[in-house]
Amino acid sequence: MAGSDPTDGTVAAPDTVKILIAGGFGVGKTTMVGSVSEIAPLRTEEPLTVAGLDIDDLKGIEEKRSTTVALDFGRITIADDLVLYLFGTPGQQRFWFMWNDLAIGALGAVVLVDVRRPESSFAAIDFFERRSIPFVVGVNGFHGLHPYPAEEIRESLALPADVPVLLCDARERESCRDVLIALIDRLIADVEPRPSPAR
Amino acid sequence: MSGGDEAGRLVRPFALTGGRTRPSRADFTLITTVTTVDPPPERAARPQPEHARILRLCARPVAVAELAARLDLPVSVVVIMLCDLLEAGLITARPPRPVTATGDLDLDLLQKVRDGLGRI
Repeated sequence: MAGSDPTDGTVAAPDTVKILIAGGFGVGKTTMVGSVSEIAPLRTEEPLTVAGLDIDDLKGIEEKRSTTVALDFGRITIADDLVLYLFGTPGQQRFWFMWNDLAIGALGAVVLVDVRRPESSFAAIDFFERRSIPFVVGVNGFHGLHPYPAEEIRESLALPADVPVLLCDARERESCRDVLIALIDRLIADVEPRPSPAR
Repeated sequence: MSGGDEAGRLVRPFALTGGRTRPSRADFTLITTVTTVDPPPERAARPQPEHARILRLCARPVAVAELAARLDLPVSVVVIMLCDLLEAGLITARPPRPVTATGDLDLDLLQKVRDGLGRI
Protein backbone atom coordinates (compact mmCIF):
# COMPACT_ATOMS: atom_id res chain seq x y z
CA MET A 1 0.00 0.00 0.00
CA ALA A 2 1.09 3.53 -0.54
CA GLY A 3 3.22 5.09 2.14
CA SER A 4 2.38 7.54 4.85
CA ASP A 5 1.72 11.14 3.95
CA PRO A 6 2.46 14.14 6.06
CA THR A 7 -1.02 15.57 6.18
CA ASP A 8 -4.57 14.33 6.14
CA GLY A 9 -5.83 15.85 2.91
CA THR A 10 -2.91 14.63 0.79
CA VAL A 11 -3.95 11.81 -1.50
CA ALA A 12 -1.89 8.61 -1.10
CA ALA A 13 0.25 7.94 -4.18
CA PRO A 14 0.34 4.51 -5.84
CA ASP A 15 3.46 2.47 -6.49
CA THR A 16 4.74 2.77 -10.05
CA VAL A 17 6.65 0.37 -12.29
CA LYS A 18 7.61 0.56 -15.97
CA ILE A 19 8.14 -1.60 -19.02
CA LEU A 20 9.94 -0.39 -22.15
CA ILE A 21 8.60 -0.90 -25.65
CA ALA A 22 11.60 -0.84 -27.98
CA GLY A 23 12.41 -1.59 -31.60
CA GLY A 24 13.38 0.15 -34.79
CA PHE A 25 11.94 3.38 -36.09
CA GLY A 26 8.34 3.02 -37.22
CA VAL A 27 7.94 -0.54 -36.01
CA GLY A 28 4.71 0.15 -34.12
CA LYS A 29 5.91 1.05 -30.62
CA THR A 30 3.51 3.95 -30.09
CA THR A 31 0.71 1.92 -31.65
CA MET A 32 1.33 -0.82 -29.10
CA VAL A 33 1.46 1.65 -26.21
CA GLY A 34 -1.84 3.11 -27.38
CA SER A 35 -3.49 -0.29 -27.74
CA VAL A 36 -3.05 -1.27 -24.09
CA SER A 37 -2.89 2.12 -22.38
CA GLU A 38 -5.94 3.32 -20.47
CA ILE A 39 -5.17 6.85 -21.64
CA ALA A 40 -4.37 8.12 -25.12
CA PRO A 41 -0.56 7.89 -25.43
CA LEU A 42 1.12 10.95 -24.02
CA ARG A 43 4.20 12.55 -25.45
CA THR A 44 6.93 14.52 -23.80
CA GLU A 45 9.74 16.17 -25.70
CA GLU A 46 13.15 16.91 -24.36
CA PRO A 47 15.50 19.47 -25.91
CA LEU A 48 18.61 17.53 -26.81
CA THR A 49 20.95 20.38 -26.03
CA VAL A 50 19.94 20.11 -22.41
CA ALA A 51 19.15 16.43 -22.01
CA GLY A 52 22.04 15.04 -23.92
CA LEU A 53 24.96 17.37 -23.67
CA ASP A 54 26.93 18.72 -20.80
CA ILE A 55 25.79 22.31 -20.91
CA ASP A 56 25.60 24.25 -17.70
CA ASP A 57 24.08 27.41 -19.00
CA LEU A 58 21.99 28.41 -21.92
CA LYS A 59 24.48 30.79 -23.49
CA GLY A 60 24.14 30.62 -27.22
CA ILE A 61 21.19 28.28 -27.14
CA GLU A 62 19.12 30.72 -29.15
CA GLU A 63 21.39 30.04 -32.10
CA LYS A 64 20.94 26.29 -32.04
CA ARG A 65 18.19 24.64 -34.02
CA SER A 66 15.71 23.05 -31.72
CA THR A 67 16.30 19.33 -31.74
CA THR A 68 14.08 17.36 -29.46
CA VAL A 69 13.77 13.72 -28.62
CA ALA A 70 10.21 12.55 -28.10
CA LEU A 71 9.07 9.94 -25.66
CA ASP A 72 5.63 8.37 -26.02
CA PHE A 73 4.13 6.59 -23.08
CA GLY A 74 0.95 5.14 -21.67
CA ARG A 75 -0.46 3.90 -18.41
CA ILE A 76 -2.19 0.79 -17.08
CA THR A 77 -3.66 0.84 -13.58
CA ILE A 78 -2.85 -2.61 -12.23
CA ALA A 79 -4.50 -2.11 -8.84
CA ASP A 80 -5.54 0.80 -6.62
CA ASP A 81 -1.99 1.01 -5.35
CA LEU A 82 0.02 -0.02 -8.43
CA VAL A 83 0.35 1.66 -11.83
CA LEU A 84 2.33 0.33 -14.79
CA TYR A 85 3.83 2.79 -17.28
CA LEU A 86 4.80 1.77 -20.80
CA PHE A 87 7.51 3.83 -22.46
CA GLY A 88 8.10 3.67 -26.19
CA THR A 89 11.84 4.18 -26.58
CA PRO A 90 13.06 6.70 -29.13
CA GLY A 91 13.60 4.77 -32.34
CA GLN A 92 16.40 6.79 -33.85
CA GLN A 93 19.80 5.35 -33.04
CA ARG A 94 21.35 8.69 -32.22
CA PHE A 95 19.00 9.14 -29.27
CA TRP A 96 20.08 5.98 -27.56
CA PHE A 97 21.78 7.72 -24.71
CA MET A 98 18.28 8.21 -23.38
CA TRP A 99 17.78 4.49 -23.14
CA ASN A 100 20.13 4.03 -20.23
CA ASP A 101 18.07 6.41 -18.13
CA LEU A 102 14.89 4.79 -19.32
CA ALA A 103 16.14 1.29 -18.60
CA ILE A 104 17.04 2.00 -14.96
CA GLY A 105 14.43 0.39 -12.73
CA ALA A 106 12.42 -1.12 -15.58
CA LEU A 107 10.83 -4.54 -15.08
CA GLY A 108 11.90 -5.49 -18.59
CA ALA A 109 11.30 -4.74 -22.24
CA VAL A 110 9.33 -5.72 -25.29
CA VAL A 111 11.32 -5.52 -28.52
CA LEU A 112 8.95 -5.09 -31.42
CA VAL A 113 10.13 -6.48 -34.75
CA ASP A 114 8.72 -5.52 -38.13
CA VAL A 115 8.47 -8.74 -40.08
CA ARG A 116 9.36 -6.89 -43.30
CA ARG A 117 12.59 -5.41 -41.95
CA PRO A 118 13.70 -7.25 -38.81
CA GLU A 119 17.18 -5.73 -39.05
CA SER A 120 15.76 -2.41 -37.82
CA SER A 121 15.34 -3.97 -34.38
CA PHE A 122 18.75 -5.69 -34.16
CA ALA A 123 20.22 -2.78 -32.24
CA ALA A 124 17.42 -2.85 -29.66
CA ILE A 125 17.90 -6.57 -29.08
CA ASP A 126 21.62 -5.99 -28.72
CA PHE A 127 21.06 -3.18 -26.22
CA PHE A 128 19.02 -5.33 -23.82
CA GLU A 129 21.21 -8.42 -24.24
CA ARG A 130 24.35 -6.46 -23.37
CA ARG A 131 22.77 -5.06 -20.23
CA SER A 132 21.13 -8.34 -19.19
CA ILE A 133 17.73 -6.66 -19.19
CA PRO A 134 15.05 -9.32 -19.70
CA PHE A 135 12.98 -8.92 -22.84
CA VAL A 136 10.54 -10.67 -25.12
CA VAL A 137 10.25 -10.20 -28.86
CA GLY A 138 6.90 -9.26 -30.38
CA VAL A 139 6.75 -9.75 -34.12
CA ASN A 140 4.35 -7.12 -35.40
CA GLY A 141 2.69 -8.47 -38.53
CA PHE A 142 2.05 -6.09 -41.40
CA HIS A 143 -1.74 -5.65 -41.43
CA GLY A 144 -1.79 -8.41 -38.84
CA LEU A 145 -0.39 -10.98 -41.30
CA HIS A 146 2.36 -13.37 -40.25
CA PRO A 147 4.11 -15.04 -43.17
CA TYR A 148 6.78 -16.68 -40.99
CA PRO A 149 6.41 -18.90 -37.92
CA ALA A 150 7.87 -17.61 -34.66
CA GLU A 151 10.67 -20.17 -34.62
CA GLU A 152 11.89 -19.07 -38.04
CA ILE A 153 12.07 -15.50 -36.82
CA ARG A 154 13.90 -16.59 -33.68
CA GLU A 155 16.53 -18.22 -35.87
CA SER A 156 16.89 -15.26 -38.16
CA LEU A 157 17.37 -12.98 -35.15
CA ALA A 158 19.79 -15.47 -33.51
CA LEU A 159 17.82 -15.27 -30.27
CA PRO A 160 18.61 -17.59 -27.38
CA ALA A 161 15.98 -20.18 -26.43
CA ASP A 162 14.95 -18.37 -23.26
CA VAL A 163 13.75 -15.27 -25.13
CA PRO A 164 10.06 -15.72 -25.95
CA VAL A 165 9.06 -14.79 -29.50
CA LEU A 166 5.40 -13.93 -30.03
CA LEU A 167 3.54 -13.12 -33.20
CA CYS A 168 1.40 -10.11 -32.46
CA ASP A 169 -0.60 -7.23 -33.85
CA ALA A 170 0.33 -3.91 -32.28
CA ARG A 171 -3.12 -2.57 -33.12
CA GLU A 172 -4.91 -5.20 -31.01
CA ARG A 173 -5.31 -4.73 -27.29
CA GLU A 174 -5.48 -8.45 -26.41
CA SER A 175 -2.51 -9.23 -28.61
CA CYS A 176 -0.37 -6.56 -26.93
CA ARG A 177 -1.55 -7.60 -23.50
CA ASP A 178 -0.46 -11.18 -24.22
CA VAL A 179 3.02 -9.96 -25.17
CA LEU A 180 3.26 -8.08 -21.86
CA ILE A 181 2.06 -11.13 -19.95
CA ALA A 182 4.69 -13.24 -21.73
CA LEU A 183 7.33 -10.82 -20.46
CA ILE A 184 6.05 -11.05 -16.87
CA ASP A 185 5.88 -14.85 -17.15
CA ARG A 186 9.48 -14.89 -18.27
CA LEU A 187 10.46 -12.74 -15.29
CA ILE A 188 8.54 -15.00 -12.91
CA ALA A 189 10.18 -18.09 -14.42
CA ASP A 190 13.58 -16.49 -13.85
CA VAL A 191 12.83 -16.02 -10.15
CA GLU A 192 10.88 -19.11 -9.22
CA PRO A 193 13.50 -21.89 -9.47
CA ARG A 194 15.34 -20.32 -6.56
CA PRO A 195 13.84 -20.07 -3.08
CA SER A 196 12.99 -16.44 -2.44
CA PRO A 197 15.17 -15.13 0.40
CA ALA A 198 12.75 -12.27 0.95
CA ARG A 199 9.94 -14.46 2.22
CA MET B 1 12.79 36.48 -38.62
CA SER B 2 15.84 34.96 -37.04
CA GLY B 3 15.28 32.86 -33.94
CA GLY B 4 11.58 32.43 -34.45
CA ASP B 5 9.30 29.91 -32.82
CA GLU B 6 11.76 27.04 -32.81
CA ALA B 7 14.28 28.83 -30.65
CA GLY B 8 11.51 30.35 -28.57
CA ARG B 9 10.20 26.93 -27.68
CA LEU B 10 13.55 26.02 -26.20
CA VAL B 11 14.38 29.19 -24.39
CA ARG B 12 11.02 29.93 -22.83
CA PRO B 13 10.77 26.81 -20.65
CA PHE B 14 14.05 27.60 -18.95
CA ALA B 15 12.81 31.08 -18.16
CA LEU B 16 10.48 29.22 -15.79
CA THR B 17 13.47 27.80 -13.95
CA GLY B 18 15.40 31.05 -13.68
CA GLY B 19 17.82 29.80 -16.32
CA ARG B 20 18.76 26.69 -14.38
CA THR B 21 19.16 23.56 -16.49
CA ARG B 22 20.03 21.16 -13.69
CA PRO B 23 17.82 19.96 -10.85
CA SER B 24 19.00 20.70 -7.31
CA ARG B 25 18.26 17.16 -6.21
CA ALA B 26 17.76 13.73 -7.71
CA ASP B 27 14.37 12.78 -6.29
CA PHE B 28 12.54 12.73 -9.59
CA THR B 29 12.54 9.91 -12.13
CA LEU B 30 10.04 9.69 -15.01
CA ILE B 31 7.70 7.56 -12.89
CA THR B 32 8.18 9.23 -9.53
CA THR B 33 4.69 10.18 -8.35
CA VAL B 34 4.08 13.74 -7.25
CA THR B 35 1.24 14.76 -4.95
CA THR B 36 0.30 18.22 -3.74
CA VAL B 37 0.38 18.56 0.02
CA ASP B 38 -3.09 19.43 1.28
CA PRO B 39 -3.43 21.67 3.16
CA PRO B 40 -0.29 23.53 2.11
CA PRO B 41 2.21 24.25 4.87
CA GLU B 42 1.61 27.48 6.78
CA ARG B 43 3.82 30.36 5.74
CA ALA B 44 4.20 28.90 2.24
CA ALA B 45 5.01 31.65 -0.22
CA ARG B 46 2.40 32.31 -2.88
CA PRO B 47 3.48 30.05 -5.77
CA GLN B 48 4.34 31.42 -9.20
CA PRO B 49 1.75 30.72 -11.91
CA GLU B 50 3.54 27.68 -13.39
CA HIS B 51 4.14 26.28 -9.91
CA ALA B 52 0.48 26.86 -9.06
CA ARG B 53 -0.45 24.97 -12.21
CA ILE B 54 1.63 21.99 -11.10
CA LEU B 55 0.02 22.07 -7.66
CA ARG B 56 -3.44 21.98 -9.24
CA LEU B 57 -2.52 19.09 -11.55
CA CYS B 58 -1.04 17.11 -8.66
CA ALA B 59 -4.07 17.32 -6.36
CA ARG B 60 -4.25 13.64 -7.26
CA PRO B 61 -0.95 11.78 -7.62
CA VAL B 62 0.68 12.22 -11.04
CA ALA B 63 3.87 10.69 -12.43
CA VAL B 64 6.57 13.14 -13.54
CA ALA B 65 6.39 12.07 -17.20
CA GLU B 66 2.64 12.53 -17.22
CA LEU B 67 2.93 15.92 -15.59
CA ALA B 68 5.47 17.05 -18.20
CA ALA B 69 3.19 15.89 -21.01
CA ARG B 70 0.17 17.69 -19.54
CA LEU B 71 2.18 20.87 -19.02
CA ASP B 72 3.69 20.51 -22.50
CA LEU B 73 7.12 21.16 -21.00
CA PRO B 74 10.34 19.12 -21.13
CA VAL B 75 10.80 16.71 -18.22
CA SER B 76 14.07 18.43 -17.36
CA VAL B 77 12.27 21.75 -16.84
CA VAL B 78 9.45 20.22 -14.83
CA VAL B 79 11.93 18.43 -12.56
CA ILE B 80 13.66 21.69 -11.68
CA MET B 81 10.33 23.26 -10.73
CA LEU B 82 9.41 20.15 -8.73
CA CYS B 83 12.64 20.49 -6.76
CA ASP B 84 11.55 23.99 -5.74
CA LEU B 85 8.11 22.76 -4.72
CA LEU B 86 9.53 19.82 -2.78
CA GLU B 87 11.94 22.07 -0.90
CA ALA B 88 9.04 24.41 -0.09
CA GLY B 89 7.12 21.47 1.35
CA LEU B 90 4.30 21.93 -1.14
CA ILE B 91 4.48 18.46 -2.73
CA THR B 92 5.47 14.95 -1.77
CA ALA B 93 7.44 12.69 -4.10
CA ARG B 94 7.02 8.93 -4.08
CA PRO B 95 9.87 7.06 -5.77
CA PRO B 96 9.12 4.13 -8.13
CA ARG B 97 8.58 0.71 -6.63
CA PRO B 98 11.93 -1.15 -6.52
CA VAL B 99 11.63 -4.11 -8.87
CA THR B 100 14.06 -6.27 -6.93
CA ALA B 101 13.81 -7.64 -3.41
CA THR B 102 17.20 -8.59 -1.94
CA GLY B 103 18.75 -8.98 -5.36
CA ASP B 104 16.00 -11.03 -6.97
CA LEU B 105 13.04 -9.67 -8.85
CA ASP B 106 10.14 -9.20 -6.44
CA LEU B 107 7.86 -12.19 -7.09
CA ASP B 108 4.82 -10.69 -5.33
CA LEU B 109 5.12 -7.59 -7.47
CA LEU B 110 5.41 -9.63 -10.68
CA GLN B 111 2.39 -11.73 -9.77
CA LYS B 112 0.38 -8.62 -9.05
CA VAL B 113 1.33 -7.10 -12.42
CA ARG B 114 0.45 -10.35 -14.16
CA ASP B 115 -2.95 -10.54 -12.48
CA GLY B 116 -3.62 -6.91 -13.35
CA LEU B 117 -2.70 -7.42 -17.01
CA GLY B 118 -4.98 -10.46 -17.12
CA ARG B 119 -7.90 -8.22 -16.27
CA ILE B 120 -7.47 -5.67 -19.06
